[in-house]
Amino acid sequence: MNVAKEAMEAGPRSLLDKVWASHKVRELRSGQDQLFIDTHLIHEVTSPQAFDMLAELGLEVAMPERTFGTVDHIVPTHTRIEPYEDPLADAMIKALRRNVAANDITFFDVGSGRQGIVHMVGPEQGITQPGSTIACGDSHTSTHGAFGAIAFGIGTSQVRDVLATQTIAMSKPKLRRIEVNGELRPGVYAKDVILHIIRTLGVKGGIGYAYEYAGSTIEAMNMEERMTICNMSIEGGARCGYVNPDRTTFDYLEGRPYSPKGAEWNAAVETWRAVASDPGCHYDDVVVIDAADVPPTVTWGINPGQAIAIDELVPTVEGAPESERAAIAEALAHMKLQGGAPIEGTRIDVAFFGSCTNARMSDFIEVARVLEGRRVAPGVQAIAVPGSQLVKSECERLGIDRVFKEAGFEWRDAGCSMCLAMNPDKLVGDQLCASSSNRNFKGRQGSPTGRTVLMSPVMVAAAAVTGVISDARQVFVQREGAVA
Amino acid sequence: MALPPVERVVGRAVLIPGDDIDTDRIIPARFLKAITFDDLAAGLFHDERFGPDGELKGHPIDLPENQGASVIVTGANFGCGSSREHAPQALKRAGFEAIIAGSFAEIFFGNATTLGMPCVAMEEDDRRDLSALLRDQPGTQVTVDVARREVRASERTYRVQIRDTAREALLTGRWDPIGELLEGMPQVRATAAALGWAQD
Repeated sequence: MNVAKEAMEAGPRSLLDKVWASHKVRELRSGQDQLFIDTHLIHEVTSPQAFDMLAELGLEVAMPERTFGTVDHIVPTHTRIEPYEDPLADAMIKALRRNVAANDITFFDVGSGRQGIVHMVGPEQGITQPGSTIACGDSHTSTHGAFGAIAFGIGTSQVRDVLATQTIAMSKPKLRRIEVNGELRPGVYAKDVILHIIRTLGVKGGIGYAYEYAGSTIEAMNMEERMTICNMSIEGGARCGYVNPDRTTFDYLEGRPYSPKGAEWNAAVETWRAVASDPGCHYDDVVVIDAADVPPTVTWGINPGQAIAIDELVPTVEGAPESERAAIAEALAHMKLQGGAPIEGTRIDVAFFGSCTNARMSDFIEVARVLEGRRVAPGVQAIAVPGSQLVKSECERLGIDRVFKEAGFEWRDAGCSMCLAMNPDKLVGDQLCASSSNRNFKGRQGSPTGRTVLMSPVMVAAAAVTGVISDARQVFVQREGAVA
Repeated sequence: MALPPVERVVGRAVLIPGDDIDTDRIIPARFLKAITFDDLAAGLFHDERFGPDGELKGHPIDLPENQGASVIVTGANFGCGSSREHAPQALKRAGFEAIIAGSFAEIFFGNATTLGMPCVAMEEDDRRDLSALLRDQPGTQVTVDVARREVRASERTYRVQIRDTAREALLTGRWDPIGELLEGMPQVRATAAALGWAQD
C-alpha cells in the first residue's frame, strides 16, 4: 500500500476508508467501485457453479495464488470414510477437489490436518491479515474482520468475478462505530455481546453499514472473542464488521504459516498499525454500549434479533407494538413457546456446540472448565464439533476431548455440522436445540419444524447438563473458579 | 458483454407477507447440495409450501389465483441470512423477475441485481396499500418501472427506491459486471502490484 500517498490525503481516516482507497481499482460506469480482493476463500457449496461459469466464458483463474479452499459445509463429522453416504455431498467434495487441482489453488483437504470451517482456517493459517480485503461465498466471512480486514460474504456470480479478475463490483458502505466499554459481568461472553448488539440495533439495523467494533471491552478481547463478534455482523444486517488491529492481533498472527517472517514481519506490523482508524475520523453513526448492561443472552424466536436475557420473560403478542405483533406470533408459534413465560426451564432435546461463531480453542477450554465432572442430562443429545482439525487435535493433546466424552458429549470431526445441517447432523421433527451457532431461522438446523435457541457455548453446556435452558451462572456456581 | 437493459418488469404480483424472510426459508440448505443451479426451483420456499407428507400448505405462490406471477411483494429485510445465490437463482428459475419489498438484505440485493432481477424498496404505507389491493384483486398486474423508480398497479402509482448503482446497471445492461471487470484487468494488475502482490 502506498503509505506516502495516503499520508498526503488530508484528515483522519477510518480503517474502512484506508482499505477501500488502497484496494479500489477504479469506478465502474454504474457508480460502483471495482475493488481488489487480496484473499479469496472458497468451499464446496458456493464455488462449483462459479468454476462452471468461468469455463463457459472461456476464462481462467486470474491469480490462483490468492485463492484458498477447504471443505466444511457438507463433510460428515461422525466419520471421514469416503465415498460419503450422501452421493450429493460426495459429488460436491469431488467437484471441489477437481476445481482446485485444475486451477492450482491451495486446498486444505480433510487429509491435510488443517481442514475446518473456512472462517477458522484463514485465521489459523495466518492467511487472514489486517488491512486486507477478503471475500468468500459465505455470509460469515465477516468473521475475518476481527483482524482489521474488510471481509465480505459474496454470491456465486461474485465468486466467479473474483476467480476471473480478483475483483468485485461493490459500493463502499457507510460506517457505524459500535463502542462497548467497561468490564463484562461474570458469566457474560463475546457471544452475549453480539447477541445484545443485534437485539439492540435489530436484524435490519446494519443495512447499508460496515460495523467497526471498538471500546475498552472489545480491546480487551482476545482474537477468538473478536471473531465471535465480527462473525455475527451479518445477522445484524451489516455488510461487514471489523476491529482495528492492535498488539493482540499481531501476537495472534506471529509465526503462523502464511504470516510474514523476519524483516517482512516488522514491516507488516508497521503497515498494519497504520491501517487502524485514526482518532477523530468520520463515522456515519456511533452507538455506545455499556458492558455492564450485557446479560447472558438467548434467542426465543426465529431471527437472531429476537433475543432476551436468560432471566427475562418471552415477549407477548399483546405487549408488543402493532407493527411487531405478527412477527412475534409467528415466532412463538414456530418455537412453541408461551408469551410471558420464562425461557429458563424450557426443555431441550439437543445441545450443539460448534460453528464458525464459537468452536475455537478458547471456547473449548472455557466449556471444559465448567463441564468437568458433570453429565449430560438423560434424553439430551449433546454434540461437540471443533471448528477445525487444528482445534480438535489441540483439544485432544490437552485432554479436553476426554472431559466432553466423559460428560456424554459426542466428540466429532471438524465442520459446519448442525449450524446449517447440510451434512448428516440434523434436528429431527420439532426438536429444540440449545446452539452455539449463529442462526435460529425456521428450519435452519435441518428439520422444517426444528427449533433453535442461540446462546454462548457455556450456556449450551449448562443446558446440556440440566436438560433445560439454564442460567450457566447458577448451574456452574458450585464450582470453584467457575463462571459465576 | 452486452446484456439486455432491464427498464421495467410487467407481470402479475403475488403477496408474500412478513418481514425478515431469510434465505433458509427461500431455499432450505438441503437443496444446496448440488453442483449446478439447475434444479433449484423445486426447492423454492419448500418448507413454507409443503407439509411433512408433501401436501401443499397454501403458500401464496401455490394459490391458483397467483399462478404465473412474476413479481413478489413482501416485507422488510427480504433475503437476510446466508450469502447463497441459490436464493435469487431459485426465484428466477421459478419465473420471478422482480421483487418489491420494504428493504433488502445486502448480499441478496447484490446477488439478485447480478441476475438482472430488480429489487425495489417501497415505503410501508404504500406497501400496505398495494398489499390490500392484491388481497382484494389477487394476481393484479403490476409494472416495476426501474427507469422511473415507480411501481404501477391498477391505476395507482407508488414511488420506490432502488440504489442508483443498481438502477444504472440494470438500465444500461451492465447488471452482470463481469465484462466491465475484465476490461479493468490492466488496472487490476497495477493495483495488485501497488499492494505488494508479486505478479507471475
